[in-house]
Amino acid sequence: MADFLIRALLGGIGVAAIAGPLGAFVVWRRMAYFGDTLAHSALLGVALGFLFDINLNLAVIACCVLLALALVTLQRQRMVATDTLLGIMAHSALSLGLVTVSLLEEVRIDLMAYLFGDLLAVSNVDLLWIYLGGGLVLALLYQLWQPLLAITINEELAEVEGVPVAAVRLALMLLIAVVIAVAMKIVGILLITSLLIIPAAAARRLAVSPEQMALGAALLGCSAVTLGLGFSYQFDTPAGPSVVVLALLQFLLLYALPSRKQA
Amino acid sequence: MSEHQDLVRLHGVNVSFGDNHVLQHVEMALHRGCITTLIGPNGAGKTTLVRVVLGLIEPDNGEVWRERALRIGYMPQKLHVDRTFPLTVERFLRTASINDRQALQAALADVGAEKLFKHSIHDLSGGEMQRVLLARALLRDPTLLVLDEPVQGVDINGQIELYDLIGRIRDRRGCGVLMISHDLHLVMAATDHVVCLNHHICCSGHPEQVSNDPSYQALFGKAGARALALYNHHHNHRHNAHGDVVPVKENQ
Repeated sequence: MADFLIRALLGGIGVAAIAGPLGAFVVWRRMAYFGDTLAHSALLGVALGFLFDINLNLAVIACCVLLALALVTLQRQRMVATDTLLGIMAHSALSLGLVTVSLLEEVRIDLMAYLFGDLLAVSNVDLLWIYLGGGLVLALLYQLWQPLLAITINEELAEVEGVPVAAVRLALMLLIAVVIAVAMKIVGILLITSLLIIPAAAARRLAVSPEQMALGAALLGCSAVTLGLGFSYQFDTPAGPSVVVLALLQFLLLYALPSRKQA
Repeated sequence: MSEHQDLVRLHGVNVSFGDNHVLQHVEMALHRGCITTLIGPNGAGKTTLVRVVLGLIEPDNGEVWRERALRIGYMPQKLHVDRTFPLTVERFLRTASINDRQALQAALADVGAEKLFKHSIHDLSGGEMQRVLLARALLRDPTLLVLDEPVQGVDINGQIELYDLIGRIRDRRGCGVLMISHDLHLVMAATDHVVCLNHHICCSGHPEQVSNDPSYQALFGKAGARALALYNHHHNHRHNAHGDVVPVKENQ
């Protein structure tokens, strides 16, 4: 097997393994649109990274984190409904990114690679980012698992029992920001949310506990990446979208099966 | 003496959100072994007052004193768990950081819901859900139970059973209870102390006492006064199918 394929496979599996458990929270807490908004701001991060000549991964993470913080602050003002706010921020961030990129005269950026991913161009440095960043995210997720579940079930109850709700909520947003930054290379800005929510939603069909759903989402994500890459290699289709299509097929297949008793 | 030990005392508590003075100069004390019920019209600040007791809101001014060993078991009004979240009753109870299976089952048995252990939380009826939430609050072995509209979404027979259950839990554990209620009839029979709130405390005391208070009658009108009247007669007579008064023997 060619080196680039092995790197693509390793990168994709690494990203899917962290996107699964975090995606479960995105589904439970109805944050799909939030994830999308953060992802859209990633392009702005890329542009700013080029502009100020800083590491692109760091620039993207910083941009997502700043957007998440801005969102929390604006949400508190209650000027407009949250989904309106998200809509404004998502598309403004994407447009700002596109405009900034076009203003960078000396840099030619392969826009398609950022928008839809360039799985086959994953480098060893990218792999390092994915596995270090991913390992950090998983370790934090493990630490925060109980409080995260508690605030997802009922924030008031969690607060009465001493969970620092605002801090845990913020931590979840930051974790999602990091995952988006490392997943951008794999499926691209426009498709990242699908890697978060489709495997998690599919895993819901089989899970009877939150832990099973998180683990199931990770496994289904990994298999979607593997099958999608195989498909892409066989039929010469774009890798990122192929992965998403395979994730969709898994989802449809699981929901077509006769249901068993659900928790 | 220990029966009337104070658990929480509020002195001159004021809370406002912007220009909205939600709580004005509230004085209240909660005691061990005593069921205190907070009543009042919608928007009277009941939930805000409970949130002050829980420590979720700092009052703008005034003083909140809590007993040093105070442990609060809180039962939220409703649990909105998204259906995509796979959660059994057992797993939900374990989020109280208690993994001892027997303790979990004992808490469920305490509220008469031991059969629900393996059930999905999404398939519970209103009354079953309230019992599970109550069991979750009891798991923390509370000295104060705080219940936000504990009988919401429960049919009338279920409401009577739940109030009975809360009374029995108080008897058995000697904990204090603070609950919010909308319903005037049933709660009056189940409470030791009533606090009638409309931003400030209009009146408070034993249910009979409150029923005769003009500010209570002004707030709830004649219907409310009748509800209390029914309560007053509860111990010495009941009504037969024709509405006639039938005397009953005193229990004690």
